[in-house]
Amino acid sequence: MGKLLIIRISFALQTARWRQTMVAAVGVAFSITMFITLLSFMAGLNDLLDGLLLNRTPHVRLFNEIKAPERLPINLAPEYQSHYNFVRSVKPKMERLQIHNIAAIIAAVEKDERVLGYAPKIGAQVFYNTGATDLTGLINGIDVTAENKLFFFSDYIVAGNFNDLNTIPNSIILGKEIAAKTLTNIGDVIQVTTSKGDIRQLKVVGFFQSGIQEIDKVQSYASLKTTQNLMGEAGSYITDLQIKLKDLSMAPAMAKEYAGLFETDAVDIQTANSQFETGSKVRTLISYAVGVTLLIVAGFGIYNILNMIIYEKMDSIAILKATGFSGKDVNKIFLFIALSIGISGGIAGLFFGWGLSAIIDQIPFNTASLPTVTTYPINYNPVFYVTGLVFALITTYMAGYFPSRKASKMDPVTIIRGK
Amino acid sequence: MSQAAPILEARNVSKYFHDPLTVQVLKDISFTIQRGEFIAVIGKSGCGKSTLLYVLSTMDTDYEGDIMLEGTILRGKKDAELARIRNNSIGFVFQFHYLLNEFSVLKNVMLPGLKKGDSSEKEVEHRAYEKLRILGIQNEALKMPNQLSGGQKQRVAIARALINDPLIIMGDEPTGNLDKKNSDNVFDIFSELCSEFGQTLLVVTHDLDFASKTHRIIEMEDGRIIKG
Ligand SMILES: Nc1ncnc2c1ncn2[C@@H]1O[C@H](COP(=O)(O)OP(=O)(O)OP(=O)(O)O)[C@@H](O)[C@H]1O
Ligand SMILES: [Mg+2]
Repeated sequence: MGKLLIIRISFALQTARWRQTMVAAVGVAFSITMFITLLSFMAGLNDLLDGLLLNRTPHVRLFNEIKAPERLPINLAPEYQSHYNFVRSVKPKMERLQIHNIAAIIAAVEKDERVLGYAPKIGAQVFYNTGATDLTGLINGIDVTAENKLFFFSDYIVAGNFNDLNTIPNSIILGKEIAAKTLTNIGDVIQVTTSKGDIRQLKVVGFFQSGIQEIDKVQSYASLKTTQNLMGEAGSYITDLQIKLKDLSMAPAMAKEYAGLFETDAVDIQTANSQFETGSKVRTLISYAVGVTLLIVAGFGIYNILNMIIYEKMDSIAILKATGFSGKDVNKIFLFIALSIGISGGIAGLFFGWGLSAIIDQIPFNTASLPTVTTYPINYNPVFYVTGLVFALITTYMAGYFPSRKASKMDPVTIIRGK
Repeated sequence: MSQAAPILEARNVSKYFHDPLTVQVLKDISFTIQRGEFIAVIGKSGCGKSTLLYVLSTMDTDYEGDIMLEGTILRGKKDAELARIRNNSIGFVFQFHYLLNEFSVLKNVMLPGLKKGDSSEKEVEHRAYEKLRILGIQNEALKMPNQLSGGQKQRVAIARALINDPLIIMGDEPTGNLDKKNSDNVFDIFSELCSEFGQTLLVVTHDLDFASKTHRIIEMEDGRIIKG
């Protein structure tokens, strides 16, 4: 009953200044709209850019780097343990890029609960022969099914069918730029020279476009088997094991663990793409900063209207107090005005924000570097909506706090004497 | 039965204003009001009548001495408690009506009753109609305050003061803004409330004609009670 009375009185006081109240609510609605739209758009953009690189990057990558040995035989020999041994001009030993004991590693990774999936890969240096010139290139031998499942390979195929890599022997999917340079069409045969000097002919079954020119100019895809054949290697020849985790944040720890366990090199996604994450963070931060700034401006609107109502309704405050409303009651009345402006404006803002995002989501956005994207990217994360509403409530509460306190402290005697 | 505690008692009440200079506006005021009394407070302008009324009404808590309402000392009570006392036990009528323009006449009268919160809205509404009828304005109940005449507004303010059946009604020049006819009307209402319902009233007035018709006149001069 008491609460209801306070709500009734606060609504009555608002109606006396409904135009200004509306303006204040529209201010809140506008800032929440912009807040939601901005965050949704920025997050969409982040997702897109993440997709551009991070989606295609394994969380942990195992490989074998050719480098000078860290432990030299002389240091291992018991009789020279206590000596200081100098060995000059250490060179890497004759070694292949292959990951040793790959079958055991795959078995262990497969059992690991933390792993979402893995995809073996071979990197093969080649030259694409076109007329009299050779273009340097890299053929990625992939497990087509696993690669597609984990790294959305098919998203980047702009012509042809990626499954043909499995079904057609000695087939290849070329980077779009290579195809353009060598004037190759689907169904044509391209000739490559391997690093060992062998010349092979591969059938072009498709083109891919990653959106990153440097990649599209150099790289091609073939099946594991085709690549192993190309290099004259056995079926166990794998140079990279790409691993995707259930929880990306565990990558650095697991990379270290695997490196020790399997005696290979391992790199995690955070180390490989540190600058990328920074970009995402900065964009998110800017969106929040703009949103909060808008809300603060809206907060001043609420502050103003409350002060105006309090100034105009001093008589009412005085008589309410004289007839038995306590300072606390008066405080609640004005806080309620603030909050009702904030809540109505905030909820309207959520709807408009959703609407504006949906409109932006329809605007065509075609760029050669992003073949999978046709409209501006929007992320409809409910967290933004909850955050928006919470921010709106906090700002309105703060904007309402001081005017309400002023009203609650008003001395009815002073007001009545002033008449 | 021993003598019941007086409705209101002031014991050595003094009050100072400090701005711009310290002046003593109420000087050692003591008096009692018994149930059913109709008292007029008179005195020259500036002698402290309003100040006394605000102190007695619990709205002004900055005084020395003691004020007792039905034997309870008011000093030291919290804002919310004093608000409850005003709501339950004291009805106000000021020179200005102080009606809330956003509410109908009926709702204005009901507000303190709804605030009290001890009866349903229906009951409060019923009581409000009763009070409006006593004041002869039950037909105006659903109008907005700005649709009433000055005299009618003041009667609504009286009805509002009556809604919780207070121990005492205090008025600070309640007829100050009214013409002769309306003043007489308000006086008639007050004396009827007193005689028929046993309502206790304490009314500050400049109207000596008005004052002469009450039971008791308290005359003030320069912050002191000189008669009554
Ligand atoms: N807030 C204040 N600060 C300082 N002095 C004040 C204040 N309020 C009132 N006074 C002084 O206190 C004295 C008593 O004022 P009060 O209003 O009680 O007089 P009153 O008897 O009601 O006069 P009137 O009949 O004109 O209404 C006056 O001299 C006035 O100047
Ligand atoms: Mg006065």
